[in-house]
Amino acid sequence: MTETEPAHPLPATPFIKVEQTGAAHLEFPRCTVCGAFSLETNRIACGKCGARDSFSLHHPATMRGILHSYSIVHRSFPDVAVPFISAIVDMDDGPSLKGNLRGIAPDPGSISLGMAVNVVLDDALNRKDDQGNHYVSHFFEPVTATQELET
Amino acid sequence: MSDVYIAGIDMIKFGRYPDKTPALLGAEAVLGALDDAGLTIKDVQSVYSGCVFNTMNGQKILQQVGAFGIPVTNLSNACATGATAVRDAWMAIRTGDYDVVLAVGVEQMTGMGMLGGSRASPIPTEGLMGSASMPATFAEAGMEYAAKHGATFENFANVAVKNHHHSTLNPKAMLQKETPLEMVMGAEMIAYPNTKFMCSINVDGAAAAILVSERKARELGLGRAVRIRASALASDPWQDRNPQMPDINSATRLSAQKAYEMSGIDPADLDLVELHDCFATAELLHYENLQLCSEGEAVRMLEDGETTMGGRIPVNLSGGLLSKGHPIAATGVANLYEICTHLRGEAGQRQQPGAKIGLAHVVGLGTCSAVHILEKA
Repeated sequence: MTETEPAHPLPATPFIKVEQTGAAHLEFPRCTVCGAFSLETNRIACGKCGARDSFSLHHPATMRGILHSYSIVHRSFPDVAVPFISAIVDMDDGPSLKGNLRGIAPDPGSISLGMAVNVVLDDALNRKDDQGNHYVSHFFEPVTATQELET
Repeated sequence: MSDVYIAGIDMIKFGRYPDKTPALLGAEAVLGALDDAGLTIKDVQSVYSGCVFNTMNGQKILQQVGAFGIPVTNLSNACATGATAVRDAWMAIRTGDYDVVLAVGVEQMTGMGMLGGSRASPIPTEGLMGSASMPATFAEAGMEYAAKHGATFENFANVAVKNHHHSTLNPKAMLQKETPLEMVMGAEMIAYPNTKFMCSINVDGAAAAILVSERKARELGLGRAVRIRASALASDPWQDRNPQMPDINSATRLSAQKAYEMSGIDPADLDLVELHDCFATAELLHYENLQLCSEGEAVRMLEDGETTMGGRIPVNLSGGLLSKGHPIAATGVANLYEICTHLRGEAGQRQQPGAKIGLAHVVGLGTCSAVHILEKA
């Protein structure tokens, strides 16, 4: 091995930022005219209100969100491990995201729509690019009873 | 502006044709539609040809059946491609420039596997950032509805039971097989709550329609002609959850509303509907999106048998995409074929008695929706 692994993982999506310290956080362009969020960084106009050059960066004040919908995926594309829970989460102070819901049984009996979740940033299931770089991605986890009491 | 009529329409039996090209499949449907209209390819003045997975298919079809230099427009609009071709043909006739226009949709899908997208990322995102597969995407749309109106896995499964039952009487459907509730619910789970029998089948298929002006329709004789009362297309307006969660509802609501306004026809006047049941979870949503029932009434409507053969307003008598098969670009023409067949009283054992007015609907993810309302001339 001649290559050395980078000190920090790279972001798996454009709305994740990794600091020089290695800490990762979410950052979303938001239209200053109508408040619409974007998950893309290169915006020239707003898809909701049509305003031009109206985006500024929004950093969510909380990583909490609400489970809006989900599906338990048992058959996916080739070589993708199943089952997993594909979930749509509406962030309390940010846009809606799609991601894996983890830390809960992949069983409709244990998942409640409308339940509170945390958005967490973590290693992207050890998926690497062809240079061997590590990535950080977003996941959803149920808010625990202890966490509920803390808020 | 001229009224527009369907003078001829046909679809090939949907199935597996590994030894045929998309152009040949399309050619069979085109010749069927021409024969149905009593016209030849030399009568056609312009062509709108839909195909998602192959390019320049319109010219390739003409090279099979007779190429004489007429304008050909190739188009792609996801699962609404075929209906968009029909709409473009309809608009071409309404300009007054043409009297006879061909709309055709073809797709060859055998061996394609599960469809879906991927997201912008340097690494594969499926199973990392949820799923972008079509079964999961439409399951999520269904679960959103379930949370709002209490639909269950069993309710969604009953959509598949109904549509597979209908197709047992449709010789052009891919499947003719009864699937009782326990079989549907016990089948391989693909993306909860969609099991294998609740997912449309990737098949090879083609369908074609000959649209004519009123003048031409009268010349040919109105006996079997079908009048296009409305042709509406809409795209999805901005949604905060889009595209993380594609919105399959808004475009349908907009196109349906536009079609009802254009035709002056009330949803209660419809005798039958072919709607976009790409997954069983989608059908219930569209009962409400198409105003076939009021908000929150879709489950009751299904479970009371109102949308089953013999019910108040049968939905997907063809077997729908679930059972007839879903060759992407052919689907939007094929569901017009089903409506026309009933309006002409030629649907055999699955005939909706006395059918005068029918509605055909498709959704193309991304998203667009087309709605056509047809009436017996």
